[in-house]
Amino acid sequence: MAVVSLSGVGFSAGAAQILSGIDLVLNEGEFMALLGPSGCGKSTLLRLVAGFEQVTEGRIELEGRGVSAPGRHVPPEDRGIGMVFQSYALWPHLDVAGNLGYGLRVRRMPATERARRVAEALETVGLAGFEGRRVQNLSGGQRQRVALARCLAMKPRVLLLDEPLANLDAHLREAMVDELRRLHRVTGVTVIYVTHDQAEAMAMADRIAVMEAGRVLQIATPQRLWREPASASVAQFLGRGQVVPAEVLDPGADARVRLFGHEAILRAPAGVVCGPADVCLRRGDLRPAPEGFKARLIDCRPLGDTHLLSVVPEAAPDIVLRAEAAVAPSADDHLRIAVADGWVLPAIDGERTLRAAVE
Amino acid sequence: MAGGALRVRAGWRPPISTEALLLAALGLYLLGLCVWPLMRFLALVFEGGLVEGLGFVGQVWASRAARVATLNTLDAALWATVLSVLLGAGMALLVSLTDVRGRVVLVFLLILPLLIPPQVSALAWLSLIGPQSPLWALPGLEGFRPARNPLLGREGVILVMGIEHAPMVFLALRAGLRALPGDLIDAARGAGSRPLGTVGRVILPLMMPALLAGAALAFVSAIGNFGVPALLGIPGRYPVLSTLIYQRLSGFGPSALPEVAALALILAGIAAAGIMVQAVALRRFAVPTDRTGGGHHGFPLGRARGVVTAAVWALMTVLAILPLLALLAAALVPSVGVRLTLATATIGNLVDVVAGLSMTQRAFVNSLTLATMAAVLTLAAAVPLAWLATRGFRSARLLNLASDVPYVLPGIVLSIAFILTFLPPLPGLGISLYNTLWILLLAYLARFFALALRPVMSALAQLDPSLEEAARNAGARGLRRLLTIVLPLVAPAVGAGAILVFLGAFSELTVSALLWSRGNETLGVVVFSLYDEGRTTMAAAVSIWVLAVVLTLAGLVTLLVRRLPQGVLPWQS
Repeated sequence: MAVVSLSGVGFSAGAAQILSGIDLVLNEGEFMALLGPSGCGKSTLLRLVAGFEQVTEGRIELEGRGVSAPGRHVPPEDRGIGMVFQSYALWPHLDVAGNLGYGLRVRRMPATERARRVAEALETVGLAGFEGRRVQNLSGGQRQRVALARCLAMKPRVLLLDEPLANLDAHLREAMVDELRRLHRVTGVTVIYVTHDQAEAMAMADRIAVMEAGRVLQIATPQRLWREPASASVAQFLGRGQVVPAEVLDPGADARVRLFGHEAILRAPAGVVCGPADVCLRRGDLRPAPEGFKARLIDCRPLGDTHLLSVVPEAAPDIVLRAEAAVAPSADDHLRIAVADGWVLPAIDGERTLRAAVE
Repeated sequence: MAGGALRVRAGWRPPISTEALLLAALGLYLLGLCVWPLMRFLALVFEGGLVEGLGFVGQVWASRAARVATLNTLDAALWATVLSVLLGAGMALLVSLTDVRGRVVLVFLLILPLLIPPQVSALAWLSLIGPQSPLWALPGLEGFRPARNPLLGREGVILVMGIEHAPMVFLALRAGLRALPGDLIDAARGAGSRPLGTVGRVILPLMMPALLAGAALAFVSAIGNFGVPALLGIPGRYPVLSTLIYQRLSGFGPSALPEVAALALILAGIAAAGIMVQAVALRRFAVPTDRTGGGHHGFPLGRARGVVTAAVWALMTVLAILPLLALLAAALVPSVGVRLTLATATIGNLVDVVAGLSMTQRAFVNSLTLATMAAVLTLAAAVPLAWLATRGFRSARLLNLASDVPYVLPGIVLSIAFILTFLPPLPGLGISLYNTLWILLLAYLARFFALALRPVMSALAQLDPSLEEAARNAGARGLRRLLTIVLPLVAPAVGAGAILVFLGAFSELTVSALLWSRGNETLGVVVFSLYDEGRTTMAAAVSIWVLAVVLTLAGLVTLLVRRLPQGVLPWQS
């Protein structure tokens, strides 16, 4: 059953169109990440779901009940959604138990039951016995957990997380990623997680919605996003896929493609036809070999166990490609590059989506 | 935990939100107190249309007394502003840019005049320079004892107002200097500029908007000042508009209302011009500076440090400490004309004004009651208004602007507007508030609302909005969030605002001078009347009590400073 469903959601503030045409369905217990560069509207989307902003187009439903549509708006206080803010938003005038129990008190839960729920939520995040602590005296990671526990104490069906790890240092972030995965497993809560960090999204999410400039570009599992990006933007945003022009000679699941004057076999979606197309190449799939397209080596940088090569295909002197090599190529700067794997991008509205030459 | 259900609560909800009801109530409160009386005031002058109204103002203006008072008002205010700028700007430069010693205490001494009510300042200076002053008993100064108090008249008004308003220039410039990026000074020094040249060619030009804004504020305050010209100008036959209005109204009663309203309109016009200069100075001429670099470290005075420190401290002692000591001395002599010696000193006056004299006793009770009620009521309205304004309610922001008007306009204009509005019986009730304590309370509520609102607004603006959003997520509705989340978080600012309102209302004179009635005296009024009747020692004794309360409270709120958000206290630096 869809816990959260957005259809055709748009949001504009004044003349600026912040979001448009968002369709999103979250199933029970799903962990979905909204991934995109800053300013792409992902936090606004979260605030629309929470009810802090009103949609200007489309409709949001929670468990089948419309909560947001133009002219209809259920305020956040009636949505029963938990949200963890980037700043954690812990109330400094209340202690940990006060923070956790606030929403339960609003709901007029008797004090003994409240205390039990607070203790239970603290236990879940690994902070049992922290009830009397002052919020100011907690470390960053502890605050993060208290903010989570404050939501969990309310037993929400949907939990919204707005860049929750952005204010933590790298080491703590790693630990919190594991912690969040565990909490999701234990509680089974449906999660929408906003982040600009693809590693975080990849590590935790069941599905990732990649956003750019107020639109959702693609919603898919992390593996699928990586292997089969729907557009050049997704390909470039995730793992810096290199999008280059090619010509499809023989379509199919394993398509024959002419790439820089040399033929290669690449994976391709259904519907690809013969003719020019854009393809996404990962740098690990490009290696020097006896067979392959001709290229000129312009730089070779050691990366520990491998070497990062910058090569210019002879057939396209404007393009610089990254490739990898186990051993540094010999001084001769002419070599051949073999393409082990790649993905033909689907044509969108018959147009090619190549934006600019890759780095 | 997957067992719960989404709690989309559907139940009954009032057709109008709590916020809208609250906004409507606040709108009534502020329109009734801040806007309606001023409309009545304008309506009185312009009831026959614009032309006739202006004709009437011209007719009043044609009288010699009105012209002399207007010219005196401008004359006194301009020279007082010059003095304020010299004193305030000079000290701001010294304190902010050099390593003169004892800066923390110097800043306190500089802003002290801001806390002291004008009539008390005037009385203190009269005691310091007057023939009875203990100053002339000091060895070497005997020959200077004047026969008549030289402060009575033009020069006295200018001097005391100039000192009284110097803190405004000081604070405006100091705030600007604090934000000045150090790179700019370093760049000038690197280009070979000497310290004095750097101040003249780089720092002062950058500080012009701050300086101009501070000067305009000092000017507007001088235009509206009543306490100083009342104590020094009336006996010195140097009438200004505020004292002329007061004398006309207390001499002829409400029948003089149309004429004094016209005079007050002239006063308000001059003040409005000053406020406009300030607004333009702050907006137009503001030079954007890059604040990414660090602050500046100023210029070391080097060998001159000792001399400059001594000179500055001597000046501040004369300007801030000696007048208060003289006031204390004046309160300690048994009667006017007796010189203070160890044998004549008595605390009889200080005891008398709180335990013997019924008028001053009443005034203490009245002022304490009024100030407490004003503090509580203004804050009770200011907190929800500030909350609604920061949450983006446009009408709340308009009300916020409207509430500034009674504070920046000269107090005498406000009191005339209140007489006009509340002299007729209240519709429906049939009782007039005139001649009661309540008209004073209402006038204070209007006058000091801005004082209460500003700290709360700045505290709310600095509050992380997600703190309240988290409470919405938890299901808390408007009023509950205001009381359980917002109010506790801005409590220090609310406390500071309440103390500021209390300080303003406790010793208020300008508004009270026209609105008080027998039995409903306030402390500001009794200091003035006791002085007017020649009972200077009693006036000084009351002033000492006022000072004690004011300084204690100001000290208390300054102790709070660490818990306060920035920009809450006017003298916070």
